Formats: sequence, structure tokens, C-alpha cells
Amino acid sequence: MRKLITKLALTASVTVMAAGAVQADEPKQGGTLVTVLSTNVRNLNSAVQSGIVTGFPGAQLFASPLRYDEDWTPQPYLAKSWSVSDDGLTVTLNLVDNAKFHDGTPLTSEDVAFSVEVIKANHPFKTMFAPVETVETPDAHTAVLKLSKPHPALMLAMSGQLMSIIPKHIYGDGEITDVKTHPRNNENVVGSGPFKLVEFKNGEHVILERFDDFFIEGRPYLDKIVMRIIADPAARAIAYENGELHMGAFESLPRIINRLKNVDTLTVTPEGYGAIGPLDWLAMNTTKGPLKDVRVRKAIAYAVDKNFIHKALMQGTAADSKTGIHPDSPFYNADVEGYDLDLDKAAALLDEAGFPVKDGSRFSLTVDFGWPDVKPQVEYVKAALKKVNIDVEVRASADFPTWAKRMGTMDFDMSWDTVFNWGDPVIGVHRTYDSSNIAKGVWSNTQGYSNARVDELMAMAAVENDPDKRKALYAEFQQIIADELPVYHTNTLPYHTVYNTAKVGNPPLGIWGTSTPIDMTYMKE
Amino acid sequence: MAFVQKFLIRVFYAVILLTAVLVLNFSMMHLAPGDVADTISQSMGGADQEVLDQIRAEYGLDQPFLVQLGRYIGNVLQFNLGYSYFFNTPVTDLILQRLPATLLLVFTAQIMALLIGVVLGVISARRPNGLASHFVTALALFGYAAPVFWTGILLLIAFSLKIQWFPVAGMQDVTVSGGFWVHALDIAKHLVLPAVTLGSVFLALYSRLSRATMMEVLGSDYVRTAKAKGLTEREVVYKHALKNSLSPVITLAGLQFSAVISGAVLVEAVFSWPGLGTLAFQSIIARDTPTILGILFFSAVVVIVGNLLTDLALRFVDPRMGGK
Repeated sequence: MRKLITKLALTASVTVMAAGAVQADEPKQGGTLVTVLSTNVRNLNSAVQSGIVTGFPGAQLFASPLRYDEDWTPQPYLAKSWSVSDDGLTVTLNLVDNAKFHDGTPLTSEDVAFSVEVIKANHPFKTMFAPVETVETPDAHTAVLKLSKPHPALMLAMSGQLMSIIPKHIYGDGEITDVKTHPRNNENVVGSGPFKLVEFKNGEHVILERFDDFFIEGRPYLDKIVMRIIADPAARAIAYENGELHMGAFESLPRIINRLKNVDTLTVTPEGYGAIGPLDWLAMNTTKGPLKDVRVRKAIAYAVDKNFIHKALMQGTAADSKTGIHPDSPFYNADVEGYDLDLDKAAALLDEAGFPVKDGSRFSLTVDFGWPDVKPQVEYVKAALKKVNIDVEVRASADFPTWAKRMGTMDFDMSWDTVFNWGDPVIGVHRTYDSSNIAKGVWSNTQGYSNARVDELMAMAAVENDPDKRKALYAEFQQIIADELPVYHTNTLPYHTVYNTAKVGNPPLGIWGTSTPIDMTYMKE
Repeated sequence: MAFVQKFLIRVFYAVILLTAVLVLNFSMMHLAPGDVADTISQSMGGADQEVLDQIRAEYGLDQPFLVQLGRYIGNVLQFNLGYSYFFNTPVTDLILQRLPATLLLVFTAQIMALLIGVVLGVISARRPNGLASHFVTALALFGYAAPVFWTGILLLIAFSLKIQWFPVAGMQDVTVSGGFWVHALDIAKHLVLPAVTLGSVFLALYSRLSRATMMEVLGSDYVRTAKAKGLTEREVVYKHALKNSLSPVITLAGLQFSAVISGAVLVEAVFSWPGLGTLAFQSIIARDTPTILGILFFSAVVVIVGNLLTDLALRFVDPRMGGK
């Protein structure tokens, strides 16, 4: 007996329409959306290139088995329904039968099997599909994923940002690992998504146009999407303001966000980034000097005023985040110690840990930062810790690789860091706390943190298919992390979406930012 | 004969220079901690160790330094500038794609700055203490002192936001459709602000220099003789004095061409101008060694050719130079 969690396409499209109905206007067909990417695109093939910049064009060019609404509920996309076996070892996808690639070839389960193989071999997040052993293709529209262990993270991994279905007849002409550098990754890209590639000029733009044979009837609404590449945030801000850009996502500079909020023609919103899950935090090397002592780490957390970071540095644009899981995630546990400012407690903890004040100082530490935007944060950490007699030296890095090397080899005391959740905790959260992932490059467990119970909780949560039990496991996990503080979580990175209120209807405000098909977005005029 | 010999010596120096550019920069890039695998991982939101190792192995980054250097030089000798790790494209293609935009920007800015600068210089030289002269001096100092990215943003706020005459970024509006002239006009509209920004720095130099040389020339004997012959002031200034005062300006213009790519980096970044400057900036940030070296190699070639052209231009303006 299979436990069916199948949703019929019909029910789902009703849900989707209900979600769309929040917008008072009727969607209109046609029009060109002019939007923006903040850096150059390395690769348009989102099956081999992760990240939010490729995510946007990638999710338009390629379709994925599932998509998500703003409540983290999976919706049918290429898979009209799906089911997980009772033992959790078999996931069956029933594909729509009318999906075609942009070159007219029908999409089949062979392409799904091929894509899984390509992603397993090339995608940077190995944990996403590691338990998937084989993909069986009993018929053209059924793909059966055979797992070595239950793998609930698969559900979020099957969305557009992480699992693009690419055509085997185009990308399957060489070695699987060569798909990374396939010539069709940046030109003549062929997917089955709502838009097809017209032109990609790196440094200038990506132009997409409506794919008329898209498998969802009547979609997409837009005729054309122009994604301009504008790296300078100030220039982007002016372009939103004077109407040159209709929409943009991932704006994160508080000064610019607040300025744009005051522009009448624009809507500026932090909604829709939960699955991207970007978090800012103060990382602490738990293997070195005074920071080995949890009391010292707690004292630092009590001395660094979160409130100041939220109000003065982030200027009210960022949300509080107390744990390694993004506050928008259903797994977030807000009921943990938040370390509000308490200098007396901090001093007492430091005394207790055996670091009394001598000649005005207890000990000295360094704090690193990897990019200029977070320099105010580290300067503030220095000033804040001075108050509890810890001398802090700010260490700058010439560029990202320099900092990445320091972090990856644990050559640091403290550092400001920004890390993304990427959907399920298995994909983006575990890597920071897993004791088997210590010092494995940037954004691994660079803190050298090791706790057997935490490892055990993560291992159990990774294979727990019952959402409530899984939530409980992650709740305890977050409790321990907040108590042992390998990192002091301060706030979310304030990603905001900016759009012209009068022009753009139904912008993508789900959980994946713009890394999702925007077939339901339309131009109002 | 003398010319051929001189030419060969130049080529010899050029080869040494180019080799030094490549070897030194390759070594410097190598000395810095971290590598392109880190920035690739950054662009992907992190990567597992296994993937990082795979990237390093694929691009030969796990090989000893000398092996990497040898391979690279070997490729360059075969006129192959390599493959950009970060952009997944051959470096030569990348540079050739971006070159026209930079040339357009830099030539426009240079020519504009040269023409306006010389005119302003001459005007202010004729009345060194007049109001116009002070105005030109102030303008020149401002243009030179203000950082280009600041001038750029200021111009954007003034002419793209407050008075919406010019577009904010890029080189063309892809939603514009029409014939050649429609697109040319569109590009011209996009070109104005970046060219003015970049030109503002050059303008300062040219106007100051031409003012100084013009004043010197105007005080010389032959100018006095020309005046004594009864020529009008206008004829003296524009026919006799100007040509003689130009050669330092042309030398400077030639030297400035060498700084073309470096100067354009910031302006291109502010205006998202799809040129070599932006590419250089991005590839340095990304630690994309083949692309950076390719651009440096290319810039060195531009400098060498620029110097040759300057010499030729000087011979044209001042025939005395040819005899030397």
C-alpha cells in the first residue's frame, strides 16, 4: 500500500489561481518585462551551475518536476503528480504528457533520468541527490527515483533552482562530466521552460521570449523578458526609479532599499526569499584559543548588540534570525536564546572562563570579512567587544578568494559570513555544523564545530519523512546550536524585490525569489 | 635603414615587455591566496569539497606553479590566450566581444576631450587672467580631482533621474527596433554620459597642457615677428602658434591611450558599459587568471602600438622630429 501524497493537477491549478487572485487585476497577455541581473552569468545551464544569478534565467529556460507556492507547499509542474513509497525509498514522478523542449522534441522520463545523472556529476551541492541511486523509466511519462535511504530533502531539491530537466538529445552527446562546459550551455540553450533564449551577451543582457508550445495552456503571460546585466547597485537604483527597469530582485544594500521604499512608483518587499534562506552571522573558530570555551563565545554574543546591527547597520531592512535555519522556513525554531545585549553577563562569563582583565584587556582576537558590504559589521564587533575588554583586530582580505582560503583552512578567529539555506536544511544548513565537513573549503564547517548529538540529529532529520517528527529534530538541533554558538546568528541578509507597482502584475514572491518560473507574471500596461 | 633598425629594436623591446607582463602577472596571481575555484563556488552559493577539487583538477590548478606557467606561455606562443575558467569561453573571444565597446567609448572620450580641451586651453591662454581663463582652470581642476565613479553617479542622478535625457546603463536598449540609424542614435544616447565622464579627466589634462604650451608659444619671438608683420591676432594664434603648441598635447594623448583600459574600468563599471574595463574588473574579482592575463597582454600590445602611432603623429605635426 503506497501512501499517496498525490495532488491532482486540477486541484493545484485552482490553488495557484487562488494565490494569484490576491492581485485584483486580471492577468494580461503580452508585453516585455525589463529586469536585471546583478552580475555576469557564468553559465545558463542551471543543471550544472547553481546560484541566484543563473537561477533566474535558468528557471525560465528549463522546467523542473515541482514548483513551490509561498507556503512551502509543492505544486505540480513537470510532474503532474508524485508519490513516495511507505519505506521512503521510492519516489515516483508522473510527468505531464504534453511537455516539449524548445526544439519541438517531447520531454520524457529519459530526460529526467539523464538530468539526475548530470546534476549528480556536476552540481556543487552533492547532498541533494546523493541518496538517489537510479532513476527507472518504466514508460515515457513515469520516472521512478530509487533511493538508498529516505530523503525528504528531495522535495525541495526538485524545484527550479536546483533541478532543471535538460534534454538528453542535446547535452548527452559527450561525457556526463563534460556537460559543465558544454557549448550549448550559453548559446542555443534548449529547455522546456516557459521562455526560450533569444540572445545572451555576457556583460550586457539575456533576452528571452515566450515559448508558444509551453506545456501549461495559456502561459506564460509575458511575450518577452529582457534581463539586463547591471552590476552597480546605485545605477540599478536609478534605473528602477526612472522606469528603465520594471523589476529586480536580490537588492541587499539597506541604504538603497530604504531610498527605493520612498519612491512612490515602486513596491519594495522582502517577501519570497525563504528557500534561498540567506543568513548573516558572526562565525567563531571553536578550535582556537579563548574561543574554544563556550562561555567566551556566549560572552561575545551578549556583548555584540543585535539590536544595533538591526537598527543602525541594517537600518531596519533585515529580520532577526537566531539559528542556522532561515526564519521563513517551516523548520525555524524561534524559541531559543537570542542573546540580547547584556554587558554584565558577558563580563561575568569571561571572568568565569578564566580571562580576567589585565592592564585593561582580557585577550585579543581577529575578525575577518570577505567583502566590503559587511565592513561596518566587523568594525562594530571590534567596538562592541572593546566594552568587555576584548581587543579585536579587523583583518581585511584583498578579495573573495583570499578570504575564502582563510576560512576554508580555518586560519581565523572570528569572521563575518553570509550563508544560504538553499531550500532544505540538508542542502544548505548541515554543511555548517556537520563534524565530518570541517575545513572543507569556504562555507563548510569552518568553525571546526563538533557535537555528536548535533551530528546524530542531522542524520536522523535527513531521513525522517514525517514532517512533524522532522520539525522536532530540527528544533532540538537549533536549540543546541544556539546554546553552543559555533556561530552567532544575527540577522537575515535583507534581500528585497523591487518592482514598478503600476506595471508589473504578480511578481515572483514565492520562496525562491526569481529562481522560479515567472510564467504567471504579467505586464499591467 | 635607420627606420628599419629602429623598428626592429622596438619589436625586440616589445617582446621582452610582453614576456615580462605575462610572467610577472602570472606569478603575482599565483602568489595570492585562493583561486578561481573559490569564486566559482561563490557564484554557485558554495560547493562541496569534492566539486572544488574537481574544478581545480580540470583547470590544472592542482599542478606545480612552473608547470602551469610553462603551459600558459606555451599556449600564448601559439597565439592561444587560453580558456576563461569563469566565463566558460575562450579568452580571445571574450576580449574581441568587448573590444568594440571600449574602443568606441575611449575614442569618443579622447577626441571630445582633445578638441574641447585644446579650444579651452587656447581661449584661456589668450587672456590668462580673464574670467574665461579662471573658469577653465576651475573646470579642469574639478574634472581632474573628482573621482570618475563619483562624476559618473552625479551625472546619472542629474541626467537620468532628475532630467531624464539619457539612459542609466548599458550600450543599447534592446527593446528599440529599427534600422541602422535608429540603433546608431540609441547607442549615441547611451554613449553621452560615460564619454563625458571619462572625458572629464582627459579634458583637464589637455586644457591645462595646451594652455601652458600656448602661453609659452605666444611669448616666443616668431609670434612677435608674425604680429609685427601685421597679421591679425586670430591668424597668429590659430595658424602659427597652435600648430607649434600641439606636440606636447599629442604626446600626452598618446600616453593617455596607454591608460585607456585602466581609466575605462571605473567608468564602465558605473555605466555597465559592456567593454574590456568591466571584463578586467570582473575577472580580477573572479581570479580568472587566463582572462586577466589576456587583457593585460592585449593592453600591452595597445600601449606599444599607441606609442608607435604617437611617434608618427608627431612627425606629421612637427617635421623636425623626422630627422632625428
